[in-house]
Amino acid sequence: MSMLEVSDLNVYYGSIHALKGISFNVEQGEIVTLIGANGAGKSTTLNTISGLLKPSSGKIRFEGESLVGVPAHKTVGKGIALCPEGRRVFLQMSVEENLDMGAYTRPDDEAAETKELVFKSFPRLLERRRQSAGTLSGGEQQMLAMGRALMSKPRLLMLDEPSMGLAPILVEEIFSIIEQLHDEGTTILLVEQNAQMALQIANRAYVLETGNISMEGPAEELAHDPRVQKAYLGG
Amino acid sequence: MGFVSNLVNGISLGAVYAIIALGYTMVYGIAKMLNFAHGDIIMVGGYLCFCSISYLGLNPFVSVLVSIVGCTVLGIVIERLAYKPLREAPSLDVLITAIGVSYLLQNTALLIWGSNPKSFPNLFKSLGNIRLFDGQLVISSTAIVTIATNIVIMLALTWFTSKTRMGKAMRACSEDKGAAQLMGINVNSTISLTFAIGSGLAAVAGVLLCSAYPTLMPTTGSMPGIKAFVAAVLGGIGSIPGAMVGGILLGVAEIFAKAYIGTQFSDAIVFALLIVVLLIKPTGILGKPISEKV
Ligand SMILES: Nc1ncnc2c1ncn2[C@@H]1O[C@H](COP(=O)(O)OP(=O)(O)O)[C@@H](O)[C@H]1O
Ligand SMILES: [Mg+2]
Repeated sequence: MSMLEVSDLNVYYGSIHALKGISFNVEQGEIVTLIGANGAGKSTTLNTISGLLKPSSGKIRFEGESLVGVPAHKTVGKGIALCPEGRRVFLQMSVEENLDMGAYTRPDDEAAETKELVFKSFPRLLERRRQSAGTLSGGEQQMLAMGRALMSKPRLLMLDEPSMGLAPILVEEIFSIIEQLHDEGTTILLVEQNAQMALQIANRAYVLETGNISMEGPAEELAHDPRVQKAYLGG
Repeated sequence: MGFVSNLVNGISLGAVYAIIALGYTMVYGIAKMLNFAHGDIIMVGGYLCFCSISYLGLNPFVSVLVSIVGCTVLGIVIERLAYKPLREAPSLDVLITAIGVSYLLQNTALLIWGSNPKSFPNLFKSLGNIRLFDGQLVISSTAIVTIATNIVIMLALTWFTSKTRMGKAMRACSEDKGAAQLMGINVNSTISLTFAIGSGLAAVAGVLLCSAYPTLMPTTGSMPGIKAFVAAVLGGIGSIPGAMVGGILLGVAEIFAKAYIGTQFSDAIVFALLIVVLLIKPTGILGKPISEKV
């Protein structure tokens, strides 16, 4: 049994058919990446898994349990955290309050332990813990968004374009943190437009094109596939 | 002494506006809607307290509690029945519904209590007025209770929103409901809680207002409701300290205008104040412009 199994998922925005029956799965301990151009349906996929969007049909199973119809505020308690596109940290709250919100469903003492681990992975957040999130740089906000997602101690971490809008040096840093989280045992579903970086760290990859999965396979293989190289790797 | 006495009266009236404005501003902050029925909750609070004292013979303290509980429940029920089904609807639809709820409350009150004004008892008489400077300056017990209540509410709300789990969840919802849900926050119950708190505060405001201005009618809540809305916008809608500053400022301006310019002009001056402030600072005195980082 896969950790996450998505099958035949259809999602509409009004009359726009954003996901046209996609199926994919994530095994425990993997990094799986979903790559594709802007508007392909990547965010829609993650938002549907997290319950923010309702699919019109299809199945989503996490650790054997169906997630369809589970409201968004209940999915985090099942062990899935989404670090959303554009970070969406609470700008008017302090760094520490943002992290506390990430552990909203957990008892305070357990959350305190996780917070120490998060501060260890992101020392810059520790330095700025009392600052409001709105005063952080883009890269720091991304770290905060990831730290906040980790505060729920997820078994599956979904990241929606964590490298978006960041300088190359920061992108490197974010990706090395993702690898580190993976080494520590978190399963990761990574959505990226930066296919180059994503394929480097992922075990497997799916290519999403206008609501359909057009290619899938080991990340290594896809990175060397001429079609992928042409469309997503600038060569 | 006239000046000081006017100032005290102004602060006291402003303290009531501020308590009402808190309800407006909290509901706006979270549900992003202007609850125009909020003023009428004040009126219901006044009647509940009046009935508990006059018909049921309860003591004033218990009567105030009855009024707070009654309005809290009313606020939750109104949200559930009238506003929740419109969560995804355009804001104009919600606004029209709120105006409808306002008329519904006023006319229900008219049916139950009739159009003759009730004379509200002075709940704080036994506390006695304070006389200073050989009786040249008299501060009424109602003014003192009103200002003290306002300070307690302000401190309690500040503590609630900055220190408690639920209060922080409320702030998270007001910034980004989607992200709040991803944290595990139930947005619907948070909105309910906000209506509950706002309506409970409206009951308190109703009792204080009727103690200071003892004619109670089905339309008693409308004008204070509108002025509190002005106060909330003046201070910066969505901001809790803003509601306080806006309320006090408005109350003082209104009493001074009445005392030194003329009763007929006082309301015009209040609204002129709003226009001037918004021209200078469109987000209100303490309102923050929302900036996003890329
Ligand atoms: N809120 C929305 N309302 C209507 N259409 C939307 C909305 N969000 C996304 N879409 C459409 O759904 C498709 C997939 O979008 P999205 O999942 O955001 O793509 P990606 O994350 O891959 O860039 C796009 O065609 C987009 O225009
Ligand atoms: Mg996207």
